[in-house]
Amino acid sequence: MELIFEKSIPGRRGTALPRSDVPPASPLPEWLTRREAAPLPELSELDTVRHFTRLSRLNFSVDANFYPLGSCTMKYNPKAAEEAARLFAGSHPALPLLPGGERFAQGSLGVIHELSRLLAVITGMDEFCCHPLAGAHGELTGIMMIAAYHRSRGERRGIVVVPDSSHGTNPATAAMIGCRVVTVPTAPYGDMDLDEFRKAMSGEVAAVMMTCPNTLGLFNPHVAEICAVAHEHGALVYCDGANLNAVLGKVRPGDIGFDVMHLNLHKTFGTPHGGGGPGSGPVGVKQDLVPFLPSPRVTRRDDGSFALEEGGPASIGRIADFYGNFGVLVRALAYITMLGGEGLAEASERAVLNANYVRSRLMGHYDLSYGEGPCMHECVFSASRQAKNGVHALDIAKFLIDRGFHPPTIYFPLIVREALMIEPTETEGKETLDAFIDAMIEAAELAETNPAALLQAPRTMPVSRLDETRAAREINVCCPWGVEGEAS
Amino acid sequence: MLDVIGAAELEELFSAIPTGLRAAPLDIPGGMSEFEMLSRMGELAGRDNRELIRFVGAGRYDHIIPSVVEHLAGRSEFATCYTPYQPECSQGTLQALYEYQTAVCRLTGMDVTNASLYDGGTALAEAALMALRITGRNRIILDGCVSPFSREIVRTYLANLAAEATEIPPCNGVTDRAALLSRLDGSAAAVIVQNPNFFGTIDDFTDLAAQAHDCGALLIVSVYPISLGLLKSPGEMGADLAAADGQSLGNPLSFGGPSFGILAVRKEYIRNLPGRIVGETVDLEGRRGFVLTLQAREQHIRRHRATSNICSNQCLCALRGLIFLAALGREGFADLARLNRDKAEYAKGLLSRIRGVSLLNGESTFNEFTLALPVDSALVVEKLLSRGVAAGLPLGRYYGGMERCFTVTVTEKRTREEIDTLAANLEEALWS
Repeated sequence: MELIFEKSIPGRRGTALPRSDVPPASPLPEWLTRREAAPLPELSELDTVRHFTRLSRLNFSVDANFYPLGSCTMKYNPKAAEEAARLFAGSHPALPLLPGGERFAQGSLGVIHELSRLLAVITGMDEFCCHPLAGAHGELTGIMMIAAYHRSRGERRGIVVVPDSSHGTNPATAAMIGCRVVTVPTAPYGDMDLDEFRKAMSGEVAAVMMTCPNTLGLFNPHVAEICAVAHEHGALVYCDGANLNAVLGKVRPGDIGFDVMHLNLHKTFGTPHGGGGPGSGPVGVKQDLVPFLPSPRVTRRDDGSFALEEGGPASIGRIADFYGNFGVLVRALAYITMLGGEGLAEASERAVLNANYVRSRLMGHYDLSYGEGPCMHECVFSASRQAKNGVHALDIAKFLIDRGFHPPTIYFPLIVREALMIEPTETEGKETLDAFIDAMIEAAELAETNPAALLQAPRTMPVSRLDETRAAREINVCCPWGVEGEAS
Repeated sequence: MLDVIGAAELEELFSAIPTGLRAAPLDIPGGMSEFEMLSRMGELAGRDNRELIRFVGAGRYDHIIPSVVEHLAGRSEFATCYTPYQPECSQGTLQALYEYQTAVCRLTGMDVTNASLYDGGTALAEAALMALRITGRNRIILDGCVSPFSREIVRTYLANLAAEATEIPPCNGVTDRAALLSRLDGSAAAVIVQNPNFFGTIDDFTDLAAQAHDCGALLIVSVYPISLGLLKSPGEMGADLAAADGQSLGNPLSFGGPSFGILAVRKEYIRNLPGRIVGETVDLEGRRGFVLTLQAREQHIRRHRATSNICSNQCLCALRGLIFLAALGREGFADLARLNRDKAEYAKGLLSRIRGVSLLNGESTFNEFTLALPVDSALVVEKLLSRGVAAGLPLGRYYGGMERCFTVTVTEKRTREEIDTLAANLEEALWS
């Protein structure tokens, strides 16, 4: 499809601006202004509408397709949460910064305060800060607080311990505060190897970062012991809450022994993923870490009104422009309000039921690498059996596209060869799961009978397989000026 | 389904969780229908005041949003997909992001950009971290005219690294070049400046770019995207990295988020750029298509050696930015910038003629300017708030010694009548 810049017709205009009711200003001196207007596309409103409507139709999406992308929790989110966010569209974040201005933002501040309280109830943590703008940003905030905690005790600890099944964001976060990463291997039963973990621990370790349940879709029965061992060494334990969707109302990280955690509101609490974001990554802490929370904090006064307070001397400071991805916070509060405590627990039950159903039906067709008992909200298969016939996880993924399913996450976790990571989520019905499972079985059978058929997929999309090597070698990430249409 | 699984009851599936760790039922009241929820949220939203006439900015701006932005970006094919890891079924998002990258490069005059970061402040912090990596040095020179919020974020990001930030206090709303240059030497990784700056002053940092480069340092310019309809771009100034907050491009205020962060750089630094990047390529039949590219920079491949830990970005907000720019177009976007300045100049003229009021930053401002009052500006702004006018942001909290100053923001949405109301109220608050 043509680029929007290629559709540009010189002189064409779209949206009209409000008419000016003031005299024109005297022009700025030339040395302060740009030489020529930025070459943006010139289109009518209809041109713009057609362009983006057509583009949108090239996408798979949760609203149109089953999207079992493991680790990403691509569930259907109620549309009412979108409506709720719109109610706050006009609230200016600087108002509560004006003297006497907090009274004009009581609704927004109230949303943040109430959501923070509910997240604490759900996770068993003591306090939440909703500023982090994504899960990885929550991790960064959390690990900065852990570093500040150790510093406040006169300790400098430079190591972060992670299991080899961890999300890439965990070690990347540790590196962003200058920590060295020590990786602990996973034992055959699918959890961090306890002996190796004990060997990795020392007084140098600032934090242990764990995803709970982990990225293999398993709940580590030794997690409380791991927390205790870490604490014996003076280290804190960080919970990557990306997989909380499996255990709402079943277990609370704060009760297990975790000191700090983040949540991915966009995964668990009602915000669609927007092609990559915005998300939201509130970070929760136990009492010992409250002084280190980012600035400013939303607090409740004795009279019930809400206030913004600058962080104290121990606070790690400001980590975002304002108060987080507020629109996502509103959606999360709307979602929790609609489901209630029982509804949240039921969501996790259905997510786990769906994942186990997929796992059980596919078990004979694909290899399971880790874990023998039931899985939590996702299951990880390996296409290594199929790979022997030259069919890789990637080929199976592309075949599923032709069947109208977004593929599972492939090649993650890194410790599973030819990984196919399936997270069906709670919002899918059995008939959708069955159709997907049938397609997966068909792929497994084709891998035996006609492997070539899989290597050609997808055939039904606007493009066939794309040359990623060429994209990385002949870098073109920005369309040059003067493309067709612009020149005419 | 349980039969297929071979479980007698649902709870068996949770058997891995030790009994001692099992949670009590969540202490959250029972659910609500969407109608009850919306009525409750509507009640909460009603506690935010929307009647105030607002002349506040501080990084988030009340601009027009063409209706097509919401309609198109709100399409669920864009809203309910995820990061385009599978390019064949994600060409809509990928092509839109490639177009977004192109639009950002054209606005900023830079060579390459990513598919968005979180917000303006964190984009600036990532720019600072990039400069440390590129130069191998450990000191960032931070102009005090940069937003105090952004500066605080940069300091937070540097706090755990062997790096320091040298802050240069502003001089009457303008970058103190003499002081800045006295701290610029071979130990500096980068100089960070902002245009227009926090006081609203417009500058041209071409000289600083040259001087930074002479010392082997980089110039990072933080910009306000709407101003780029009129002002010299970071690229034209010779900047190495440009950062911006994208909210003003088609995103609602929404109490500060979501917005999106822009980080655009010279092409030689592309491999140091954090975040997703979309690149053009071809499919098996030679047709044009788009993919996520240079992923070896990213955490899911490179783990602790990645350029950043960022995973989720603000894609949908960036898409809104692209649609906003397309809806206004080349001439419309330039007109919008002029309209902002026209309104602000009208307000500036009116307000600065009030007895006792003076302008901190004379001629060259865009849509914000800073006024000095004969009394504490916080008291005056508070008084005006109770009369229904949010007159601006008092600076005393952010700059010692500037208690009498406040910064006024005038976007295209403020009418002449509203500006006249502001002037009348300010005069009355001061003199009656």
